[in-house]
Amino acid sequence: MRAQRLGWAPYALLLPSLAFLAVFFAVPMVRAFGLAFRDAGGDWTLASWRTMVDDAGFREALRTTLILIVLIIPVQFVLAMAMALVVNARLKWSGLWLYVYAIPLGISELAAGIIWLAIFDRQGWLNSILEGIGILDRPFIFLNYQERGWLIFAIVLAEAWRATSIIMIILVAGLQGIPRDFFEAADVFGATTWQKVRRVILPMLRPSVQVALILRTILAFQAFAVVIALAGSGTTVLSAEAYRWYYTIRDSHVAAAYAALILLLSVACTVLFLVLLPTREEQMG
Amino acid sequence: MTSVARDLPASPGVETRSIGGHRRARVRRRLFSRGLLYVAATGLALWVLAPIYLITITAFSPRPVVYGYPKEVIPSQFSTDTISFFANATGVLPSLWRSVLVAVVTLVASTIIGAPAGYAIARFAFRGRNAFRLTVLSTRAFPIVILSIPLAVTFIDWGIYDTVWSVALMHTALALPFTILITSSIFVGVPKDLEEAALTLGCTPATAFLRVVLPLALPGLAAASIFTFVLSWNEVFAAVILTLRERTLPALVLSQLNDSPIPFRFAAAWFMMAPSLLFIFVIRRYLLGLWGRVSR
Repeated sequence: MRAQRLGWAPYALLLPSLAFLAVFFAVPMVRAFGLAFRDAGGDWTLASWRTMVDDAGFREALRTTLILIVLIIPVQFVLAMAMALVVNARLKWSGLWLYVYAIPLGISELAAGIIWLAIFDRQGWLNSILEGIGILDRPFIFLNYQERGWLIFAIVLAEAWRATSIIMIILVAGLQGIPRDFFEAADVFGATTWQKVRRVILPMLRPSVQVALILRTILAFQAFAVVIALAGSGTTVLSAEAYRWYYTIRDSHVAAAYAALILLLSVACTVLFLVLLPTREEQMG
Repeated sequence: MTSVARDLPASPGVETRSIGGHRRARVRRRLFSRGLLYVAATGLALWVLAPIYLITITAFSPRPVVYGYPKEVIPSQFSTDTISFFANATGVLPSLWRSVLVAVVTLVASTIIGAPAGYAIARFAFRGRNAFRLTVLSTRAFPIVILSIPLAVTFIDWGIYDTVWSVALMHTALALPFTILITSSIFVGVPKDLEEAALTLGCTPATAFLRVVLPLALPGLAAASIFTFVLSWNEVFAAVILTLRERTLPALVLSQLNDSPIPFRFAAAWFMMAPSLLFIFVIRRYLLGLWGRVSR
């Protein structure tokens, strides 16, 4: 009687989730490709992709998205690793350090973008402080539409500030999984801090690093509000173009082509990280 | 956390008592590197906290000060002028209400739909368990962007486009994979023995779950729900795609961003940030468990 009940019980418990994910994940995914590869009449065509690639915003969006990913991810990993090592170093108030570093976890991309706008604005905090200590004698316009370098610098800082927490948490969880003996052994043999990081921590953290890299890259391809808040129309990224095509131009086919492109790039990067950083089977998933 | 909370290991006491110069040099080096660690810890904390401090004093300055230059790092005037200017702007209060509604619907729906699946993964060994887990994990590779645009078309067909329900459904879809994985790790943490004891003592599976498992899982479930709330409260891309007039707060702020006065934006950023900070503070003990375990 009981064994029979256990037979179907798990499937009954999974059913609502599976049904929901089918309707709101699987179907939209298929429909997105349908929208991207078909015209308004329902015929298969590459017209939306051609419109997307020929549009003036496309190259700029693709280039900025890739530049941001290449810059943001290393910066975040260095910061997150520093934070994780500090949290793991058994300092006093270690719970407090963890909490403080985790705070940006709750801050949205949009709020973070505006917060850094308050800093980089012409009348903002950075100019106030730099002028106050005598480095500048008049305000410098950082967020200038002609100066893409400063725009990207501001976006990178805002993203590094906001989204480092999640990597830090993943790394701390990974660090706590490393047996203490390993560090003690390294101490006995007189390893320096750098050697410990290089020879003990990084190899042991590989699964966590892989997860964090994949997660962060997927999220970085979707960078949106932070770019709009800081750069306005000064530069653009792929998801901002998807929004523009959907909302301003009202062409959901081209918008879906952008969405599909973001998905394909995300999947490609995920596969790349899985191949480049292989981990043992049981540590995955 | 308690294992990390202890400070220096037991050895320094022994080391300082010894008189060898070599040992003393080692202790000194150790103290020095400890000091460096505290400097690094403080520096990183300042990096996180300084922008929060700056936006807070901006949001609580009178509007002329917000426009003013140069700004003072130590504010001389406190005022709710800027915040109330934002709160009284057209559409802000209704959109605030919608944001709360969407977030509450999202957390209730994702818990009701997802927690049973989390429980199934945690408690039963069944065919397809790993496949299901992997499917749920892999949904994280799919960007919000790719779901929002086709769902907007679907919701227009269904006649719920531009309502809080469309945004709540979308947010539930986003939160569900997290809910499933997080609840399963919470239920794994509830000892199976207790549940079996309840069953042998005559409870039905349902009462065993309600009387034994649920009370033990409740703090973790509450933390997970708060996290879901924050996820929905912060989400902007889907919200701005799926609404036109019935904006949630982030969608309203984003759609008016580049036309709105500077004090409006800064107050908006503070307003969107403040509840999240509070919630993250409430669930701070669970952060590592929630995120760390799920991400492995």
